[in-house]
Amino acid sequence: MKHITLQLETLTCPSCMAKIDGMMKKTDGVVKAEVLFNSSRVKAEIDESIVSTAQVKQRIEALGYKVLGEK
Amino acid sequence: MHKTSTLIVATVLVVASFILHRLYGYLPVTIAVMLASTALAGYPVVRKAIGALRYRIVGIEVLVSVATIGAVIIGEYWEAAAVTYLFLFGGYLEAKTLEKTRSSIKALLNLAPETARIVKNGKEEVVDPKSVVQGDRVIVKPGERIAVDGTVEDGLAYVNQSTVTGESLPVERQVGQQVFAGTVVESGYLIVEAEKVGDQTTFARILELVEEAQDAKAKTQKFLERFSQYYTPGIMVLSLALFLFTRDIRLSLTLLVIACPGALVISAPVSIVAGIGNGAKKGILVKGGDVMERLGTVRAIAFDKTGTVTKGEPEVVSLQAFDIDRDELLAIAASGETYAEHPIAKAIVGYGAKRLSQDIRIPEETNPIAGKGVVFVLGGKTYLLGNRALFADHGISLEMYEPAIRAEEELARTVVIVGSAERVLGFFAIADTVRPQAKELLKALKKIGIRHVVMLTGDNERTARAIAGQLGFDSYRASLLPQDKVAALKELQAEYGTVAMVGDGVNDAPALATADLGIAIGGAGSDVAMETADVIVMSSHLSMLTHAVGLSRATVRNMKQNIVFAILVAVILLAGVLVRTVDLSFGMLVHEFSVLLVIINAIRLMGYGKNTKL
Repeated sequence: MKHITLQLETLTCPSCMAKIDGMMKKTDGVVKAEVLFNSSRVKAEIDESIVSTAQVKQRIEALGYKVLGEK
Repeated sequence: MHKTSTLIVATVLVVASFILHRLYGYLPVTIAVMLASTALAGYPVVRKAIGALRYRIVGIEVLVSVATIGAVIIGEYWEAAAVTYLFLFGGYLEAKTLEKTRSSIKALLNLAPETARIVKNGKEEVVDPKSVVQGDRVIVKPGERIAVDGTVEDGLAYVNQSTVTGESLPVERQVGQQVFAGTVVESGYLIVEAEKVGDQTTFARILELVEEAQDAKAKTQKFLERFSQYYTPGIMVLSLALFLFTRDIRLSLTLLVIACPGALVISAPVSIVAGIGNGAKKGILVKGGDVMERLGTVRAIAFDKTGTVTKGEPEVVSLQAFDIDRDELLAIAASGETYAEHPIAKAIVGYGAKRLSQDIRIPEETNPIAGKGVVFVLGGKTYLLGNRALFADHGISLEMYEPAIRAEEELARTVVIVGSAERVLGFFAIADTVRPQAKELLKALKKIGIRHVVMLTGDNERTARAIAGQLGFDSYRASLLPQDKVAALKELQAEYGTVAMVGDGVNDAPALATADLGIAIGGAGSDVAMETADVIVMSSHLSMLTHAVGLSRATVRNMKQNIVFAILVAVILLAGVLVRTVDLSFGMLVHEFSVLLVIINAIRLMGYGKNTKL
């Protein structure tokens, strides 16, 4: 189990939150996910044997949100 | 393509197509330019819409995409171009203005120290603050940021601690005193022994708390989010039904666009982040949106006495000298107390050190008498210092001084009598001094509508009555043990509703946790306070408390304004669509504009209380 925090580009509409949140929850290997609107971050707990940080990043970018970095 | 350049090209295209349309009507070239503009501005929208749909989430982009594609199909090219362009442009402006609401918090993050100068093997070395370990000696020169929490080992400096305490005036720091990471040495120079480093420093903890706080949701916010989850799909169903019913595709598409709940959903979080940012700048940490909402509804406030309304350190408040020079009396007393450790002695020695020009002399002989005082020899003469019992033992009558001594004791002061072997020379009255702003604070709190202020203390009845009376508390409870404070709070809650407890966070953690709202004052450096309190005032400036309550109310008010405004706009637009005065692009324009207004309204909060002095 690994905690990750990803910094995204500024989130402007809370509906983006719902989207990213929904995607994360439907991703195998993501145990817990939280999208922080004001700080434009995604905090998650992932099972690395199923999904990698890079894959999570990729999926967020596929939704149309740039991942600026990892913390 | 980069966002800004996409926007510029889209602007050119949309303006060109507008002019072409006005001058020549729908020529093939006009349509081509409009379609190009639509494609350019619409591409990111459609991409996000598809991305979302893949996870079966219907977001605002889906609504806009459907409306755009629909407009193209029915030949409303201008509408399609205008809607996508306005959506793109609106999003851009929203991102820019949102960044502003978040800027105070971001500014705080940028204040983290980036380098540390440490002494290693006798040499100075500049390193990453993360690599500093406990016990390292850190050198800080003028203009530099202290990288660790620690104790000053050498040097003297004026330190600006505003990042931690919110106090804007620099404070003097010398050997033995505490300094915080993130604060700036303005002049002078310090060598600091590192005690807390990296993520453990007070400053790092503040950053963490603020970061968490901005996304700890208010009740209103949670409600709005749930609401929007059902709202968007609901609108899709509604506009489909409208189409089936009226067979008017244009009307249905317009409904899709104006129904985007953007302004409503964003209304609460923008106000809260601006409010929390405002507080953080002044050294007030509010742990999240729901705390912000509760803080403004407080009806009664309980104060822990020690360390909150009083400084928690006894001080000499008056001195009476009989047929002897005041300074001489003070010099004698300070010498006599040099070796004593208790707080009363420290108060006298401290007062002497502050008032006297010459050094305090060391007595030739000291003879402490438990529970009574001390007998000492100075310059070959014997002196007595202590309470009534000591003087009774030596057969010195206090009769003619009794009224004066009693008067002091009535004010909850401790009296220390000084005498020679023959007579009384004078006495000191010592008390835990109240903070200078305490009285004004209570008045100010009453003014903003706090109904009851009560003082809770472990002190005896007499001390409590004196201090409560002096400051203007509505009531006081004395001789309380920590568990009694909890019980007292519960009674207050039953009587007044929302009750806040103000403490220094050190010995009143249970009470802070019991209250609807725990407020820790002078929280800088106290981990317990930062953990248990909901609101942390970093400095010991009591006046910040009124600012905090006021800020909370302003934030809630701002949030309500935003919500009411957003609902009004939605209702008016809806009515406009149904009576067919609002078309697609105008609907989009108003919608984007309302989102911007909501953000701009929140930005106003950042200036709240600008004129409040610390």
